[in-house]
Amino acid sequence: MENERRVVSVIVVNEASVLSRITDLFSGRGYNIESLTVAPIPESKYSRLTIVTAGSVRVIEQITKQLHKLIPILRVYDHVDFVEKEMALIKFPLAESITDIDILCQAYNGKIVNVGEDMIVAMVADEPRRIDNFLKAIKRFNPKEIVRGGAVALER
Amino acid sequence: MQISGAQIVIEALIAENVDTVFGYPGGAIMNVYDEIYKQDGFEHILTRHEQAAIHAAEGYSKASGKVGVAMITSGPGFTNAVTGLADAYMDSIPMVVISGQVPMSLIGTDAFQEIDAVGISRSCTKHNYLVTDASDLGRVLKEAFYIAASGRPGPVHVDIPKDVTAQIAEFDYSLPIELETYKPHTKGNTRQIKKAVEAIAKAKRPLFYLGGGIINSNASEQIREFVKMTGIPAVETFMARGTLRYDDPMLISMLGMHGSYAANMAMSETDLVIGLGARFDDRVTGKLSEFAKNAEVIHVDIDPASISKLVNANYPIVGDVKIVVEAMMELAREQVKSSRYESWVETINNFDKLHPLSYNEDVERIKPQWVIERIGELLGDDANISTDVGQHQMWSAQFYPFTRARQFISSGGLGTMGFGFPAAIGVKRADMKRTSINVTGDGSILMNIQELMTAVEKKLPVINVILNNNFLGMVRQWQTLFYDKRHSETDLSVQPDFVKVAESFGGIGYRVTTKEEFDAALKDAVEKNVVAIIDVQVHRMENVLPMVPAGGSLFNMMLLEQKEK
Repeated sequence: MENERRVVSVIVVNEASVLSRITDLFSGRGYNIESLTVAPIPESKYSRLTIVTAGSVRVIEQITKQLHKLIPILRVYDHVDFVEKEMALIKFPLAESITDIDILCQAYNGKIVNVGEDMIVAMVADEPRRIDNFLKAIKRFNPKEIVRGGAVALER
Repeated sequence: MQISGAQIVIEALIAENVDTVFGYPGGAIMNVYDEIYKQDGFEHILTRHEQAAIHAAEGYSKASGKVGVAMITSGPGFTNAVTGLADAYMDSIPMVVISGQVPMSLIGTDAFQEIDAVGISRSCTKHNYLVTDASDLGRVLKEAFYIAASGRPGPVHVDIPKDVTAQIAEFDYSLPIELETYKPHTKGNTRQIKKAVEAIAKAKRPLFYLGGGIINSNASEQIREFVKMTGIPAVETFMARGTLRYDDPMLISMLGMHGSYAANMAMSETDLVIGLGARFDDRVTGKLSEFAKNAEVIHVDIDPASISKLVNANYPIVGDVKIVVEAMMELAREQVKSSRYESWVETINNFDKLHPLSYNEDVERIKPQWVIERIGELLGDDANISTDVGQHQMWSAQFYPFTRARQFISSGGLGTMGFGFPAAIGVKRADMKRTSINVTGDGSILMNIQELMTAVEKKLPVINVILNNNFLGMVRQWQTLFYDKRHSETDLSVQPDFVKVAESFGGIGYRVTTKEEFDAALKDAVEKNVVAIIDVQVHRMENVLPMVPAGGSLFNMMLLEQKEK
């Protein structure tokens, strides 16, 4: 139960320094951020953040309450059933088997998105836990760089 | 109405019925000060340091219940004020603090007296704004006052670049506030209130745990009635002193690190904690796992984040304590029988007889506790008591006979030395009829001694009573008890002549070594009605007792060794 991974989804007014209010809250109170994504909600004055954090039930409850206290925060979702996805970009040397990489990527909702002179870039988009697995599986293809996008989530 | 940003600031303050602004001018805020010069809607009180401006506004707010207002310039003006903002934040004091900022075109260029003020104040204010357009200014100030005073109160910081104060914009203060993301919950859940009252009626040893939220909510009348009606004993936190009269038969005393034996034992023995506007601070609870171990907890607070933060609440009620208590009383009138708790009250009274709040007299030197008691005897309800931070502060909380809410003004959460004197100036300004006493120490008073000038200039006759033990007393006490008497850097034997200090600023000074001299000095200072320092030479090695060592259990107190009288 201790330090369980948790997703908190937050709707905020899209205004100056709202992101630093949130990150300051996490650092100031000693909470952990594993990943954070943010983008405006189309055709509204709001943005949506997805924060992946870890903590005991009590810590998560405090995080939620403290987030609620921030003035520009409209809504905080936690402890709800989320659909969760994360994207990752991976760069491989061209020397590796493109076909094998491509097949593997397809199994994780991905594909090869760019082929350069000596490198290829592949993308995948799947549940964060499956991304973890994917990144283990591709080790034998000698990935040169990996960028994870951080989880985005939407309540079911 | 088309006016400048600076004029908007003035008009907004007047519209908010502000009668006093504490502040200190400087480059970036000069446009606003130019308008202050031209207006007569409020008085500006020039402190001699920005920190003091904030503390004075805090004292003013705490004594009056109104929003405190302070104004400062950019850069060092702002950074000097940060301690005050943090202090107000910790103690939930409604404040609007307006700072100047370098012009918009210079922001981010490391300009003269530029600092990222909102970046700094973010973590020590309830909310803050950087105003980038004068047309936003009226709305921002209106929101600032609303946010500061509503919900759990707190300081709001408004940072205004110099060019924005020069800009001309439309001003209409009658526009309604639209804050769809900020809607404090005040009413309290009816079902939870019902369950809580049922729990009170069932409890054998319930205990009111009264906190500073009661003062903020102006609920002390209701609490007095509630306590009387139910016959349930009460402990007060440091921040709640004055909620009940000192002679209320149901009031045990303050609890916590320097709480009374009976108060701490009652908290350890209770089977139902009725927490009203208190936040289970570490100075109150001691070791959390041992705190009120056999008790269920009712927790009424306007701040949901305070509930179950440290101690799990069985009956959480989010709401304004006044409104919730009124609803609770409706139900309790029928359900709660005060006779049920008589033996519990007697148990507590026996605790108090065993180890009352007391001190041993000394023939040679005045005991600091005596000074507090004596001020209480001589002035009682006629004085407002501000304090600095340290031993004198705890003795004030322990021994002053408080008779009303807003009588005791002190820095609780942050523990800011230097708070007392400027706060007492603000208190005096808010309540001219009563004597404003600042109980202070020989350490604390030097942290804002320059405010003698403010008090003398503005004829705000604060009486500073220094409990002078030539030590940084509270740290010295910890060193004596926990650091094997290694009094590292706490000996303040080298001191100014406080009498001459007071006189050099145009005040009056008294040096006191006997009880008779103290009486004479206090009476003289009250009568002359001028700014005063009474330098009381007190017993050097006196400790604040009882004491729960930090992290210890509330029931394990160091107690006074009572001498035979």
